[in-house]
Formats: sequence, structure tokens, C-alpha cells
Amino acid sequence: MFDLNGKCALVTGASGGIGGAVARALYARGAKVALSGTRREALEALAAELGDRAFVTPANLSDAESVAALIPAAEAAMGQVDILVNNAGLTRDTLAMRLKDEDWDAVIRVNLTSSFQLARACLKGMMKRRFGRIISVTSIVGVTGNPGQTNYAASKAGLIGMSKSLAAEVASRGITVNCVAPGFIATAMTDALPDAQKEKLNAGIPMGRMGSSEDIAAAVLYLASAEAGYVTGQTLHVNGGMAMI
Amino acid sequence: MSNVAERVKKIVVEHLGVEADKVTDTASFIDDLGADSLDTVELVMAFEEEFSVEIPDDAAEKILTVKDAIEFIEKANG
Repeated sequence: MFDLNGKCALVTGASGGIGGAVARALYARGAKVALSGTRREALEALAAELGDRAFVTPANLSDAESVAALIPAAEAAMGQVDILVNNAGLTRDTLAMRLKDEDWDAVIRVNLTSSFQLARACLKGMMKRRFGRIISVTSIVGVTGNPGQTNYAASKAGLIGMSKSLAAEVASRGITVNCVAPGFIATAMTDALPDAQKEKLNAGIPMGRMGSSEDIAAAVLYLASAEAGYVTGQTLHVNGGMAMI
Repeated sequence: MSNVAERVKKIVVEHLGVEADKVTDTASFIDDLGADSLDTVELVMAFEEEFSVEIPDDAAEKILTVKDAIEFIEKANG
């Protein structure tokens, strides 16, 4: 099950917690993995940890030229891109009344626009090979909303709509397009919260705890696999029951 | 029949899985040969590869029949 030998995957935001876990999971199943992100040193450290099927392809997804160069760079490194994981994302949280246009634009550009542009650039090769997996890491807040995150929630909801439309366009060519929607995931940021606040957060989660990056990576791995070939246009929620959709 | 026309028709037959005698010069990919819009995108990709030409999107939209494709490619390679 879930064998990825011979497949080539590109993971954006691979220097982060979830992106790193996704890269490790795909690599462990035999895929070649191109690691993208803005922090070259972190990517190189991860590539060194993984081994000779890992490649470093840095990119700044807020820069249009950098986005345009990423798929060609990944194809040059691995030969092709069979699996695209749009994981990179940023937040610029504030109340809507105080949200500046530039902070709206920055979040939409990185989280949504670059994801579409990368998907579009992969499609030609995927259509020819009659196989492709495009997986975007969205968020529970893209479905439920969250105060202080109008821009972020819009970008994540946008990924879901984009994925459904694209899924309908290319399903007949063996390409699936899906989203994984994490709930609260334990990261360096949530570790720093006071215990009382953590308890409050956990009380809202039926599972009683935050999720891990590995929980998200497992969902991505499933959607990337041959076994998930009949699953498309879906959003897989991984949130400990925090929202049942 | 020119070499270009033969090669275009061969691609159309292979890609759309239609009988060769249906692929006439005036045959429309969508109306006569059962292509959907994604098929037409793939045909253009196949023509680009076969003939080493670049077919821009606005030109691709005007390639609706077998003849349109042959004429575009002959002009591009002429």
C-alpha cells in the first residue's frame, strides 16, 4: 500500500513543520522529493537527512518570477513532477477593520495564487503521463472562518474551490486534485502558549489534544498514493473532531 | 496530401481514437470527431511536440478543424 517508488514529488514550504513531515513521509515510501522553501539552509539540512532522492529547489512564492521558475527547476532535478504538494503558506492576522491591502494581497498571493500557478505548470506533464496528484494544504478556518484571519481564511477557502474546479477538468486524465485541512497542529508556535491556554484549546477538540505534523503528512501520503486514485475534489479534514464537516 | 497533413491526421486518429476516414480536412474536432475541450488542448500539445512549433493560446483557440491545424503548422514551419 501507498508505494511511491518512481514517483517525483514537489513539496512547497518544506522547511516548515508540516512540510518537512510531508517530505519525510513521501520520501519514506520511495518517492524522489524536491524540497522548496525560502530558507535554503533548512532545506539542505532536510535533504541531507533524507538522502540521495531529495533535492533542494528554493523559491520565494511571493515573487512571480520565482514561482514561474520552480516547476522547471523541480523537473530539471527529478525529471518530472507527478505529485505537487502546495503546503507553503503565511499569515498576516489582524481584525478586518485594521487589515491593510498589502497584507490581504500578500496572503492571497502566496497561499492561493502561487498554488494555482504551480498546479497549472505541472498539468502538461501530468496530462501526458495520465497520472498526477495535486494536493493543497488548506485549513479548517477556510471552512469555519476565524476572527482575525479574513485574508488567511479566504486564501484557504479559495484553495478548496480551485481544487474542486481543477479536479473536474482533469479527472479524465488520471489526475486527482484534493485538499487536506488541518485543525490545531502542535508546532513551535503552539508549544510556546501558556498551559492554561493550551488546555482551553484542547477542550474544544473531541480528541482532547492537538494534532501532529505527522497526522497531516499521513493524509497527504494517502491522497498522493495510487490507492487514492478514485478520490478527487475532496477536502480531507484532519482535526481530531474539532469540526465535523 | 502533404506530409504535414498526414502527420496531423495520424495524431488526430491516435489521440481521439476515431476512424481515419472520418478525419477529413473539414472535420471539426469537437462537432465531428467527438473531442471535448480538454482533448483540443491535448491535440495542440501533441502538434507542438510533433512539429516543434509553439502554438500560442489565442491561435490555439482558432484551430477548430483538421484544416485549421494543417494550415497553422504549414505557415509556422514555412
